[in-house]
Amino acid sequence: MRNSILHGLLGLVLLSSGASAAEISDGTVKIGVLSDMSGIFSDLSGEGAVTAARMAVDDFVAAHEPDFKVELVTADHQNKTDVAASRAREWYDTQGVDMITDVINSAVALAVSEVTRDKNRVLMVTGSGSTAINNEQCSPNTVFYAWDTYSLANSLGRTLTDQGYKTWYFVTVDYALGKAIEYDATKAVEGAGGKVLGSLHHPMGASDFASFMLQAQSSGAQVIGIANAGADLHNAIRVANEFGINQQQKIVGLSASMTDVHALGLATTQGMLLVEGFYWDQDEPSRAWSARFQEKTGNKPNMLNAATYSAITQYLTSVQTLGSDNAEAVLADLHGREINDMFARNGRVRADGQMIHDVYLYQVKTPAQSSGPWDYYRRLETIPAERAYQPLSESRCSLVTGGGA
Amino acid sequence: MDLFGVPITALMAQLMIGLVNGCFYAVLSLGLAVIFGMLHVINFTHGAMFMLGALLSWAGLHYFNINYWVMLVMAPLIVGAFGILLERLFLRRVYHLDYLYGLLLTLGLTLIIEGAVRSAYGVSGRPYGPPPIAGVTNLGFLMLPNYRLWVIVASLLVCGATWFMIERTRLGAYLRAATENASLVEAFGVNVPMMVSLTFGFGVALAAFAGVLAAPVMQVSALTGQTLIVIVFAVVVIGGMGSILGTVVTGIGLGLVEALTKVYYPEASSMVMFLVMVLVLMVRPNGLFGGGE
Repeated sequence: MRNSILHGLLGLVLLSSGASAAEISDGTVKIGVLSDMSGIFSDLSGEGAVTAARMAVDDFVAAHEPDFKVELVTADHQNKTDVAASRAREWYDTQGVDMITDVINSAVALAVSEVTRDKNRVLMVTGSGSTAINNEQCSPNTVFYAWDTYSLANSLGRTLTDQGYKTWYFVTVDYALGKAIEYDATKAVEGAGGKVLGSLHHPMGASDFASFMLQAQSSGAQVIGIANAGADLHNAIRVANEFGINQQQKIVGLSASMTDVHALGLATTQGMLLVEGFYWDQDEPSRAWSARFQEKTGNKPNMLNAATYSAITQYLTSVQTLGSDNAEAVLADLHGREINDMFARNGRVRADGQMIHDVYLYQVKTPAQSSGPWDYYRRLETIPAERAYQPLSESRCSLVTGGGA
Repeated sequence: MDLFGVPITALMAQLMIGLVNGCFYAVLSLGLAVIFGMLHVINFTHGAMFMLGALLSWAGLHYFNINYWVMLVMAPLIVGAFGILLERLFLRRVYHLDYLYGLLLTLGLTLIIEGAVRSAYGVSGRPYGPPPIAGVTNLGFLMLPNYRLWVIVASLLVCGATWFMIERTRLGAYLRAATENASLVEAFGVNVPMMVSLTFGFGVALAAFAGVLAAPVMQVSALTGQTLIVIVFAVVVIGGMGSILGTVVTGIGLGLVEALTKVYYPEASSMVMFLVMVLVLMVRPNGLFGGGE
């Protein structure tokens, strides 16, 4: 009894002095996967994220036999910021969670980022891609790990304009995501000497896209950039196919991913260009890991699943190197080294919290080119990390610009 | 020639698309109107039944290679039978209670059905091949895929047949009489509980029929029904709860209004039908075709 009180007091003293003592709090490193388990993003993340996280923990423990315990907790944030924030607070306050990851849905990611900063823990965003995460609302406690809308929209806009597709029209979903994508793509297109002929903003979850896509068609633009996600993206692409719009104009899903290609099928998506930071078939390490993932889930992993595995592995590596789960020390370590694994090439965490890494321009194969299920992409180009992401000179993050924290 | 900055031909093209969508709304809302009009049940499972229809159509093709035309008949029959099962097992027990109980019960069933499908197939939907009717028709102002023309024809046929059956046949007369006074109709030797079950089955079969119609052109997923049910409720409320003719006219009308909104102010295109609903209810609280009750 006396011993435990003493221990408790000692702990308090250590905590309050902010000492980065080489120690793991309560001998356990606890990681929380906060995801959308049942809503519109559950195919992108959800069970896939939880499986990837469990694999990361199991693999790390098996390979390194650390002298601390690693535990995993998971929860469904239901795409509600209040649910997410209160769950994060509970995890940090009462359950001793050291790091939270996934947080798909940008609004959720921003809310949890605030809580994490308050509690001085670590957040590794592998689900969401809003550029607000590393700009206006950047935080020293957040690592923006997997992807962002800038790298996708910018790379596609620039590459296609360079190839001679000079005129663009945007079909944009009428909320923050769509407008951010349109803004970034417009800058890239204009920067490369192209011209945007117009855009229309449709409500989220629109029932039919024929009307919107016909308006885009009559603009006469060479490229129709679709700046939306999920069901909206699927319906827009299907209509473009049905009305034969894709035969005269190039249809580009500016935030499309392999999950979308899988849902729509190759017959509908063939020839489409997209940018991703990970594809299961990109090299030997990714193929080997993806095969194991498929054994457990029946699916090949998408970029987000792979990023969650990678983020947890890198986090645990830092903790073990330091012998401490102190947030500041771990973050400093993550910022200070290059990240290369089954997910990332030439990865590096910048001052604004963004983990930049090489991304790739892919073209979706035709059904004839595909050798079977999940054989979807042909790589056209590797876009080096430094070119893919928003340059720090354009950053709106106070940690970079030196504005008030 | 322009109309408020939009060329007339482009406007006609958009109205044509609106007509297709309107017909689709009409046939989807019809089942809900039949069930409410005849059974006084606010059937929240309607969106889920639509989704099941589309899913069956995909599954038939994918697993058993059963083509679209066969599934257009089979899917409504299967979903209709499932509806009858639900009616016999659950719904029957709440008829004597307030409307609200039926609504809560069907909402719960919806969550279970959608949850089960989501768990098995995820939320992104599955790839459905090209529409079963290929080719396009040049209307002069629009290259309209022939499949969309078929949606118009099929919807109008089904709506017309349903109206005829309920308003103009002996069976329909029994049904309407049973709605007014069940015990009296039973006294004439009509099996009213059986008729009620069949009516519910028929209503949800219409939802499944709409699902099969939509599957080739719309990415239908476990959660699609949630977005559509809201639109469908608006159609039924504006038309006058339970009025067959009102529902059909309103469905098509809202499709056209939505189409115009998509041209002039696309941001509001999901909201415009609720604006119409508010305006209609202010002037005619029982809906456009609803009688006073």
